[in-house]
Amino acid sequence: MFGTIWIIPFLPLLSFLILAITGKRWSEKTVSILGVGSVGISALFTVLIGIQFLTNPPPGHFVVQTLWSWMEVGSLTPAIAFHLDALSLVFCFVVTFVGFIIHLYSSEFMEEDEGFSRFFAYMNLFVGSMLILVLADNLVLLYLGWEGVGLCSYLLIGFWYKDPQNGYAARKAFVVTRVGDTAMAIGLFLLFTSFGTLHIDTLLDAASQNWATGTTMAVLASALLLGGAVGKSAQLPLQTWLPDAMAGPTPVSALIHAATMVTAGVYLIARTNVIFMLAPATQLAVAIIGAATLLIAGFAALTQVDIKRVLAYSTISQIGYMFLALGVGAWSAAILHFMTHAFFKALLFLAAGVVILAMHHEHNMFKMGGLRKELPITFWTFLIGSASLAALPIVTAGFYSKDLILWYAWAGEQGNFWLWLAGFAGAFITAIYTFRMVFVTFYGKRKSEISHKPGKRMLIPLVILAVFSIIGGLVETPHTLGHIQLFSKMLENVLPSTGILHSGISEELILQIVTALLALLGIYLAYYLWLKKFSLVQKITQVKLLATSQRFFFSGWGFDWLYDRLFVFPAVWLARINRRDFIDLFYDGIADANRYFHQELRKTQSGQIRWYALGILIGALITLTIVVFI
Amino acid sequence: MILVWIIALLMLGGILSLISGKWSHRAPRWISLAANTLAFLLVIRVWISNYARMSISEQHNWIIDLSWEWIPQFGIQFHLAMDGLSLLMVMLTLFLSIASILVSWTEITERVGFFHFNLMFIIAGIIGVFTALDLFLFYFFWEVMLIPMYFLIGIWGHENRIYASFKFFIFTQASGLLMFLSILALYFIHGQSSGEYTFDYMVLLGTTMSPAAARWIMAGFLIAFLVKLPAVPVHNWLPDAHTQAPTAGSVILAGLLLKTGAYGILRFVLPLFPDAAAEFAPVALLLGVISILYGAKLAYAQTDFRRLVAYTSVSHMGFVLLGSFAFNELALQGVIMQMISHGLSTGALFILAGLLQERIHTRDMTTMGGLWARVPRMGGIGMVFAMASLGLPGFGNFIAEFLILLGVYQSAVIWAILATLGLIASTIYSLHIIQRIFHGKPQKEWSLTDFNVREMCVMVSMVLLLLWIGIYPKPFLLTSRTSTFQIQKFLQPGMNYPDEYQSDKDIPPCGQNGSVPYSNTPSEQIDITLSKFPRQKTSLSFMETHGFRPDCYGKYGILFKQMQGETS
Repeated sequence: MFGTIWIIPFLPLLSFLILAITGKRWSEKTVSILGVGSVGISALFTVLIGIQFLTNPPPGHFVVQTLWSWMEVGSLTPAIAFHLDALSLVFCFVVTFVGFIIHLYSSEFMEEDEGFSRFFAYMNLFVGSMLILVLADNLVLLYLGWEGVGLCSYLLIGFWYKDPQNGYAARKAFVVTRVGDTAMAIGLFLLFTSFGTLHIDTLLDAASQNWATGTTMAVLASALLLGGAVGKSAQLPLQTWLPDAMAGPTPVSALIHAATMVTAGVYLIARTNVIFMLAPATQLAVAIIGAATLLIAGFAALTQVDIKRVLAYSTISQIGYMFLALGVGAWSAAILHFMTHAFFKALLFLAAGVVILAMHHEHNMFKMGGLRKELPITFWTFLIGSASLAALPIVTAGFYSKDLILWYAWAGEQGNFWLWLAGFAGAFITAIYTFRMVFVTFYGKRKSEISHKPGKRMLIPLVILAVFSIIGGLVETPHTLGHIQLFSKMLENVLPSTGILHSGISEELILQIVTALLALLGIYLAYYLWLKKFSLVQKITQVKLLATSQRFFFSGWGFDWLYDRLFVFPAVWLARINRRDFIDLFYDGIADANRYFHQELRKTQSGQIRWYALGILIGALITLTIVVFI
Repeated sequence: MILVWIIALLMLGGILSLISGKWSHRAPRWISLAANTLAFLLVIRVWISNYARMSISEQHNWIIDLSWEWIPQFGIQFHLAMDGLSLLMVMLTLFLSIASILVSWTEITERVGFFHFNLMFIIAGIIGVFTALDLFLFYFFWEVMLIPMYFLIGIWGHENRIYASFKFFIFTQASGLLMFLSILALYFIHGQSSGEYTFDYMVLLGTTMSPAAARWIMAGFLIAFLVKLPAVPVHNWLPDAHTQAPTAGSVILAGLLLKTGAYGILRFVLPLFPDAAAEFAPVALLLGVISILYGAKLAYAQTDFRRLVAYTSVSHMGFVLLGSFAFNELALQGVIMQMISHGLSTGALFILAGLLQERIHTRDMTTMGGLWARVPRMGGIGMVFAMASLGLPGFGNFIAEFLILLGVYQSAVIWAILATLGLIASTIYSLHIIQRIFHGKPQKEWSLTDFNVREMCVMVSMVLLLLWIGIYPKPFLLTSRTSTFQIQKFLQPGMNYPDEYQSDKDIPPCGQNGSVPYSNTPSEQIDITLSKFPRQKTSLSFMETHGFRPDCYGKYGILFKQMQGETS
C-alpha cells in the first residue's frame, strides 16, 4: 500500500490538469464527478494507507517514496519524494477528507456559475498543492507546495474576477503571504549554507548535532521559518490578508480556513520542531505571537457584522491557539486542535454558506435572524459547530483540544501564567462572539424571505462534519475524562512529548471546571446581550469610548490602516514619482548636448569668405604657436 | 561542420526569403520557417547524440570544435565550437526564432521578404556569437546581429520606431566599440608577451597581464555586455526598443540578444579576467541587486504592457548579473537556467502583448481589463506566464532564481537577502498585469478573437518547456555543467573534481569519435567489474590491468588521474 503514496497528491493534480485544459467542454455533472471524485479517491487512499500505517507500522515509523531526482547541483540534491509519517498522515487525512466534503458541497453551491469547471480546477490544484506540502521530504518540494497553495488562494479569492474588490483581496493575500514566503526562502538559504542539504530528516539530525541550544544561527533560522509560518497562517503581524480573503466563494473560505493554507504554518513549525526547540527565544516568540493573535482576533471577531468575517477572525484566533501550543512545546496538542478545528470550522463556513445563499448573498448577520425554523438542519449543525468552537465541555471536539492546550500552557515546562491567561481569556471571548453569531443569525425575528433551500449535496456534508465536530476530540482525552491517548501516542515518533511541571488531577480538574464555566458564562452573556436585551448593546455603543474602541476592533485593530501608510502608500508613491526613469534624463541630456553643438557649429559654415579666412588665420596661428613654443 | 551548416542554412534561408518576397508574401514565411525548423532539428540531434558525453573534465569538453584559417597574417581564424552552454543557447535561439516567425505570420504584411531576411540574419548572428571562439569572429557576429535588428525596429516598429532604433543602435554600437578596443588590446598584449599574435580564445585564456591592464581590458568587455544584459544604469535602450519593435523583434531582443550579454560575461569576462572579475564582484553584485529592485519598481509603474514587460526583463536579468559574480556552481548553474527560462517566459509575455496589440491596436493597459471572459485561452496563458515570471515553483524560473539566490547567499549574504526581496516585487508587478488586462471590469468593449491553433501551439510549447525545466531540469543542468565547471576552474584554481558528477549513462565515452575510455575491455564488462568494487577500493593496478586510458577523463578517468597523482 505504501507504494501508492504518490497517488494521493497525483489524483487532484491530474484532475486539475484535465479540468484546466478541457474543462469548458464538459457538463457540470462530469466536472463534479471529476473534481469531487479525484479528491474522494485520494481520501480513500489516505484512509487505506493510514490503516496500514497504524496497524502495520513500517520500520522507523515513516515511509519514503522517491519518484525522481529533481535537480543535482553541487550538494543540493532534492528529489521529488514523499515522506509519510504520523504527522503527514494526520494532515493528509484532514486535507483529503475535509477537502472532499467541501468539494461535494461545492458541486451544489457553485451550480450554474459560469466558471464551474475553472472553480473545480483551482480547488483540485489547491488540495494537490497542500498534499505536496505535507508530504514533501525536502524543504524545496515543501516550498513548491507552499507557493502552490499561495497561488490557489489568489486564484480562488479572486474567483469572481469581474469585481475589482475581489481582485484586490486576492492580490493582498498573495503579496502578504509572499512576504512571509520570502523570509522562509532566506531561511532555506541559511539552512542549506549551514548543513549543505535541504532534506528534512538529514537537516534536523544535523541541526541537533551541530547547534547548541540557543545558538544565534538556530534562532535566526527558526525566526525566518516562523516568518513564513505567520504569513501563511495569518498570525501577527501578517494576519491582515485573511479577513479580506472572504471575497471568494464560501466553499473556498472553508477550504482555506479548515483544510489547507492557514494550517500550513502550523505544519511547518511542527515539522521543523527540532530547530525551534534549539531556539528557545523563537519558541517563546511563537507562543507570544499565538497568544497576542488569539486575543486581537477575538476582539475583532466580537465587533464584526459580516458573518464570514466573524468566522475569519475566529480562524485567526484559533490558529493563534495552535501557535500558542507550538510555542509551549505542546506539539501534539497543536495538531489535535488543527484537526478538530478543521472539522468545526469547515462546518461553520459551509453552514454559513447555506445561510448566505438563502439570504440572497447577504453577509450582514443583523439583516438575517429567525432562520432557526426555516433551515433546521443548517441551524442544528451550525449550533454544533459553534458549540465546538466555543469549546462547550465534554460534548464537543473543540473542548478536548483547547483544554489540552490550556493545560500545557499552564503546566507545561515552557508554559507560564500569562500565556495561560491569554488562552483563558480567549476562550471567554470565543464563546461570546460565537454565540452572538448564533443568536443574531438564527434567533429573533425573521427579517427577509428565504430564496434558496439547500439540497442533499449541501446538507450531507454538514451532517458528516457535525458528527466529527462532536466525536473528533475523543482520540485524546484528559486525565480527568478517561485519559485516552491514541492521538499523542500515534504522533510520539514524530513530535516530542511535552514536559509537565505540575501535575495533579485536582489541579487539572479545577482548571477544567473554571474554563468550562467561563465558556458557559460567555454563552449566557451572548444570549443576554444580543437576544434578551439588545437595547443594552445599543446603549453601550453610544458611549463614546466604547464606540471608538468598537470601531478600532472592527477595523481589525487598524493594521490595514497602519500598513497602508507604512508600506502601500510609500510604494505607490515611489512608483508614481519616477515613472519615466530619471536615468533616461542623462542620456537624453547627451543627445541634447550633441544636437546643441551641432546647431552651433553649423553656424560657422556660413558661406561668407571672410569667416573662412579668419578661421584659416586663427588655425595657422595656433599651429605656429604650438610648433614654436613646444 | 554542423555549426557551419546551421549558420549557412539560416543565411541562405534569409537570402531566399528576400528573393522570393518579390513575388509572394507567403513564400518567405514558409522558407524561413523551414530553414529554422531544419536547423533546430539538427541541433536537437547534436544534443541527443552527445547527451551521454555531457561530463565534466579537466580539458574543456567541446562537443563540436571546428577551426579554419581565415586571415592567417593577423592570426584570425574561423573558429566555431560548442559546449553545453553554447548548445543550450543555440537551441533556445532556434526555438524562439521559430516562435517569432510563427507569431509574425499575420502581423507583418509589408516587405515580408526583407523582414525574414533580417530575421534570419539576426538569428545567424546570434548563433555565431554563441559559438565563436575567435574574438575577431565573435565581434564580427556581434555586428551581424546588430544591424538587421536595427532595421527590424526601424522599419516594422510602431509609432516611435525611429527614436527607438537609433537609441538601440547607439547604445549597442558605442559599447561594442569599447569591446573591440579591448579585444585589440588583449591581442597585442598577448602578442607582445608570447610572440604569438592570435585572436584565438583558447590561446588568449592563458594571457599574463598586469592587474591594471586586466582591469581596463575587462572594463571594455564588461560595458558591452552590461549594456546588452542590460544592467542599471545602462538599460535605457531596452524599454524603448521593446515597446517599438514588432513582436518578433521583442521576442528576439528579450529572449536572445539579452542573453548574448550574459553569455559574454560567462564565456569571456570570467575566464579571461578572473582576478579583475573578483575585484569587480562587489560592484557587480550591487548593480545586480539594483537592477532587480529598480527594474521591478519601474515595471510596476508602467501602463504600457510592453514597456512593463521590458522592465521586468531588467529585473530578471539582474539575477543573471548577480549570479555570474557569485562564482560558485549553484549560482552559475542558476544563471544558465535563468537565461533559458527568462528567454521563454519573457518571450512569451512579449508574444502575448504583440498578439493583443495586433487585435486591439493598443498597448495601454488602462483601456483593457476584464478580458478573461472574452478570451479565456489568452487569459489562462497570460496567467501561466505571469506566474512563471513571479518565480512560482514548478516553472524553470523558480529553479533558476532559487539556485542563484542560494549560490549568492553562500558568497554574499546581504546581497542575497536584498535580491530575495525581488521576489515580493515580482509578485506585485506580475499580479498587476493580470489584474489590469484580464481581471477587473472591462474598460472598453473590445471585440477580439481568442488564440487560434497556430498561436496556441507556440504558447503551449513554451509552457511545456518551462514546466520541463521546472520539474525535471536534470538534462539541462547536466548539459550546462560542462561549461560552468570550466568557468569555475578559472575562478577557483585548485578546486577539486566533484565526487559523483556523472551523466545518466554511467560511463561517458570520450575522444573525438566517441571512443570508450578503456582500450581493450568491452565497456559492459568493465562496468560489471567495477560495480562489484566500492569506488574507494578500486586500486591503481586494477585500473591499469583493465586498460584504462589516462588521457580520457570520464568518471573513471578522473579517479585514475587522481590515483596516479597520489602514487607519484
